[in-house]
This record gives sequence, C-alpha cells and structure tokens, in this order.
Amino acid sequence: MKLVGGWWMVGSEWSLASVVAAVWVALLYIAGVPAYAGATSARQSDATVQKGNEAYQYWCATCHGRGPGHPGTVALTAKYKGALPGLLEERTDLTPQTVRFAVRRGTSIMPFFRKTEVSDADLDAIAQYLTRRASPRR
Amino acid sequence: MAVPPGVGTRDWETALRQFRRAAGESWVFTSDDDIALYRDAYSPLWGEPEERLVSAAIAPDTTEQVSAVVRTANQFRIPVFPISTGKNLGYGGSAPNLSGSVVIDLKRMNRVVEVDDKRHFAIVEPGVAYFDLYRHIQERGLNVWIDCPDPGWGSPVGNSLDHGVGYTFGAYRDHFHSHCGLEAVLPNGDIVRTGMGALPGAKTWAEYRYGFGPTVDGLFAQGNLGIVTKMGFHLLPAPQAYQTSVVTVPRRRDIVPLVDLVNELEHQALVGMPEYFSPLGGFGRPGPPPQELVALMQRPGGPTDEEFDQYARERNAGSWSCRLQFYGSPKVIAAHLEHAKDRFAAVVAGSAFQDGELLRFPLNAEQLDRVHKVAVGIPNMSIFSIGARTELNPSPSDGHLWFSPIIPKSGEAVLEAQRVFMDAFAKLGMPSMVSPFTMPATWMHRAFIFIMAFPISRSNVAQNQRTRTVFRELVKVAAEHGWGEYRTAPVFQDDVMAAYSFNNHSLLRLHEAIKDAVDPNGIVAAGRSGIWPRHLRRTRA
Repeated sequence: MKLVGGWWMVGSEWSLASVVAAVWVALLYIAGVPAYAGATSARQSDATVQKGNEAYQYWCATCHGRGPGHPGTVALTAKYKGALPGLLEERTDLTPQTVRFAVRRGTSIMPFFRKTEVSDADLDAIAQYLTRRASPRR
Repeated sequence: MAVPPGVGTRDWETALRQFRRAAGESWVFTSDDDIALYRDAYSPLWGEPEERLVSAAIAPDTTEQVSAVVRTANQFRIPVFPISTGKNLGYGGSAPNLSGSVVIDLKRMNRVVEVDDKRHFAIVEPGVAYFDLYRHIQERGLNVWIDCPDPGWGSPVGNSLDHGVGYTFGAYRDHFHSHCGLEAVLPNGDIVRTGMGALPGAKTWAEYRYGFGPTVDGLFAQGNLGIVTKMGFHLLPAPQAYQTSVVTVPRRRDIVPLVDLVNELEHQALVGMPEYFSPLGGFGRPGPPPQELVALMQRPGGPTDEEFDQYARERNAGSWSCRLQFYGSPKVIAAHLEHAKDRFAAVVAGSAFQDGELLRFPLNAEQLDRVHKVAVGIPNMSIFSIGARTELNPSPSDGHLWFSPIIPKSGEAVLEAQRVFMDAFAKLGMPSMVSPFTMPATWMHRAFIFIMAFPISRSNVAQNQRTRTVFRELVKVAAEHGWGEYRTAPVFQDDVMAAYSFNNHSLLRLHEAIKDAVDPNGIVAAGRSGIWPRHLRRTRA
C-alpha cells in the first residue's frame, strides 16, 4: 500500500462493479460440460491438464497464486468470504466457460488477455486444468 | 470487418493478404472478438463513440517480418500502432491514439538476446516481460539484478519507451535512461540500429550509448518515428545485502531539510530509492479523516504549521518519514547508514531512525514473503492488491487512470503541490485525492511525481466523462505552476503536449517537422504524444 491511490478517497461514488459481479455470479450457474466429457482419452487429458498447469503457472499464478502478494487470490477471498476458495486451483465448481470468459473478457481490474499472450490452445488447457476436479453437473 | 480510416476496401484486402504472407496466416487478427482484445481495458472512453479501437492486429515474430508489415502499411497508407506486451494500463493499455489503426503486436518477439553478468547488460526483444528476463537470469545463476516497475508482466522495451520507472538504485530505475542502444523499423521499412549498433560487428552495443554522431534514441520513446524491435539495458550487479531504515522528523517544516538531506544521500549514490510518507496520513489510510483534522482543515486559511505540529504531538507521531534503502556489502551498508544518521543528527533536531533488518542475498522464503520485492529487483504483481477487491475495498473499480505531474524534488514543492491540488479539487467540487500529508512518488531519480489515480468504469459513462473533465483541468492547473505530466493515456496526450508550449509550441513544431520527414505518410502511431501527421494535424489554438 505504498505508492498508489488517493487519500481518504470515498469509494461509493466510484463503486460500479455490481454489473461485472452479477455477470460473474450468473456464469457460475450456467450449465457447462463436465471437464472430462467427450471423446478425449485419459492420456490426452492428462497431457492437456499438465500443459494447462504450466500455462496457468506462467500466465495466471502471478496474481492467482497462493500466499501473500497475489491480488487475484486476495480479491476472490474477499468476494466469496469463505463460501468458495480464494485460490482458483482449489475450486471444484469452475466450468471451462467461466475460465474462458474471465480470460477473454476480464473482470474488475483484471484485464482481458490477447491471443498472442494466452493462445486458444493454452486457454483450453488452462480451462481443463482448473476444471480437473470439477464436480459432475447434476 | 473494420477498415482503417482513409483506406479503400480493395487496398485493405490486398494489404491483409500481404500481412498474412509476412507474419503468417494465423497471426493476423481481424474478427470482432479478436480485435476487441486490443481495447484499453482501463479506457476512460470505454463504450463511447470516441473510444480508440483497432481495425486489425498483426503479430510478427522477427524484425524482418515487422519490416515487411510496415512496408505494406506504408504502401497503402495504413495507420499502425506498435505494442510490446500491451500492459500500459492506466496510461493507454494496448489501444492506439487513432481509432482504426492496425496494432502491430510484438508479444511473439520474446527473445532474450543476451545477458552479460560481467559487464552488466542485457539485450531483449519487445515481447520479453520483466518476469521472463528475471527468470532467464535466475535459471542461469547470473549475477545481475533487473530494475522492474510494479507489475512484472510489462516489457522492459515497452516500459522504457513510455519513460517507465522502477524501484532500486539511481538511474537504473529510470528505465529509458538505463537503456543503451536500440533497433527500430522506420516507417519505410528500413531497419536502423542506434549507438554502437550502427557499426557492423560492434562489441559494445549495450554498453556505450552514443556511438558516433547525434543521438536519436529519445525520438523513439513516446514518439512515432518507428517500431523498436530490440533494446539494450544496463543492469545492476547483484548487491550482497540490503537494509532499510526509516527516518522520521518531528515538525511540518522539517519536510524541507528532510528532502534536501535525502537528495544529498541519493545523488551521492549512498541510498537507493527513498520512499516518503507521513505518519499522520496518506497512502494506506482508508476511511474518513479524523474529525479533529477535518475541523482544522475547514478553518479559513487552513491550519498553521504550529497547529499541524500540535496535531502530530497529540498523536505522538512525527510529521514526515522517509524509508531509506541501502544496497551493497554489509560493511558498506553500515557505513552509509551511519553517515546518514550523522547528517540528520547535525541538521534536523529530533530526527529519529528505525533500522530494518539487514538482509543478505539470496533471501530465504520467509524473507521473500515480507520484502518489498521490486526494491530488490524481483518482478511480481502485488501492486494490484491495491485496486483489487479486498475487505477494505469491497467494490473495486474496473481500472484506473494515472495523473502524473512532475514537480521539483524539494519539500517546498511538495507543500505547494498539496495546496494547489487540494484547492483545485475543491473548486472542481469533488473529494480531494490529495491531503496535507500526501507525499510524491520517487521513482524518478531527479524529480518527484505527484501521482494520483482516478478510478475508471466500464459501465458508468457519466463518471468517466466527469473524470476526463477533471483530468484536463488538473493538466492546466499543473501547467500554470510549472509542472507537466511525464506520461499519459492517448486521450490526454494532446492536452499534455499543449502544455509544453514554450515559444509557441516550438518543441511540438520540431517533432512535427521530423515526423513529416521520416514518416511522410504518417502511418506510425499517429497522434502519439500529440504528434500528428500532416494530414491529421489540427490547427493549434
């Protein structure tokens, strides 16, 4: 909290995240495909999940990693207040769609990522990685 | 499909074919979804007709591909706008000045060309992020530090070309100043190397800046004469140890000798970046100000220095503090710290030091967790914790906009800037972002940045419009006091350049003359820093 921001700046005038938050919450409940659905073989999935893990560590973990100094984890912890884990890698409710939406649309101060950064293939792999323990949809 | 301004459909289709041939079929983006990713995520014009959008994006992989793309753009007079990693958030992101420009996205050019830890330099391409360069150095066990800005995902090339700044030692944290030699593609596709790089087979491209003849590197920073495809940087040899010490002075007027003494220490290269704050308020103090202070501030004329001193005494607090950073061997640090204490004891009555722990490198995991990472050259993203949702900030904004006037490095200037901007906010009828305890950022080696952040919304157009009005007014207020912004988002670049108006805008007129000579078709980054090509130039008032 050293060098940025205003002093005693009243937040209410600027609060506007409700729309973003509403979209985000809605997406959590959109019916999605289970992470391992389809014809993909287990071996292919393992390789994709591993690739997704690597891409996640490179592109996402700098904000969404474990421990202090990770603003994405801090933000999600504040948002869900214990109802869901702040660490994305511990979530079991994510769908590939929510992952893709967050990366390509951004949310709150997290900007969207271009395809020269996170390619479609890497994004699919990240989505597989983050949904590797997804609960089956009912 | 979007078509760049002034370009016919048939020419556009021909150009796209040539772009694809140059950069590869899959590296030319034209779909609405793909080009939307080049919007400025923190745009103060989000969703308004004036928002700066792109018509396409091309991602070449080599300097030769950049050259081929630029030749085509020049042939069809297609405006292009280069980005490195596109993370210039708060100052424009990845969006161009001129809507409809084609972004040349250099992210794929992500090679670390060379790092030398005996002569202490690096040469990198624009797509290399601070994270990448740091990792390259760590994986090879090289004995050099990088100086990084707060967010580590940015590019040393892109950051330095927008005069970005960091946190460690002296001139290293002025990233353009620490650059040495560059390679650029000119608007006609020609490839040029500056400094020693102009000499084929040069051995000192990233070590001796000037080569021979006039230096032109500065024209490529915040400029629009070409697309930089490589840059050299001087690096700091890794220090053995690091220690901070916070010096606190008791009285409000002590800010003057405080800054003078820290300047002396810093300009003698005895300390790294100083970090000023007031124990009475400022950054990291959420919530409303104390009632006693509000009462004091609302009095006609405001509080006197004595009343501020009384306010501090009642809280058993000093008036101002500065965190000094010492680098080097433990012996050197101890000597520099002792000298700093001697100087303060001789000059400022009642000054007191609180020493931090001496940290020896490499740091262990526990030390890494608590150290201010950028101060020891470790890129990270923790700065976004400030804007992101937290318990204290349950409704974060969608982004922010920096207002960054440069003021002199003196206590008097800080007090004046506080007064001037508090008055300006009062006249504008909005909550002040400045308090009587606000201290400037110290990233620049020889000047202060009296920085402020405005929240940006992706849904509240009225708020963004209001912010733009306030921002423009603050640019004028600053200029009236001899302060100018060092960097700003495209939407304000004309306003800021207009303030640099000595002798009927002679500097801008020079930029325009050079622009017309080097880029007669005006294709590269039209409007960057308020420098427009002839066919888009507006009549200045």
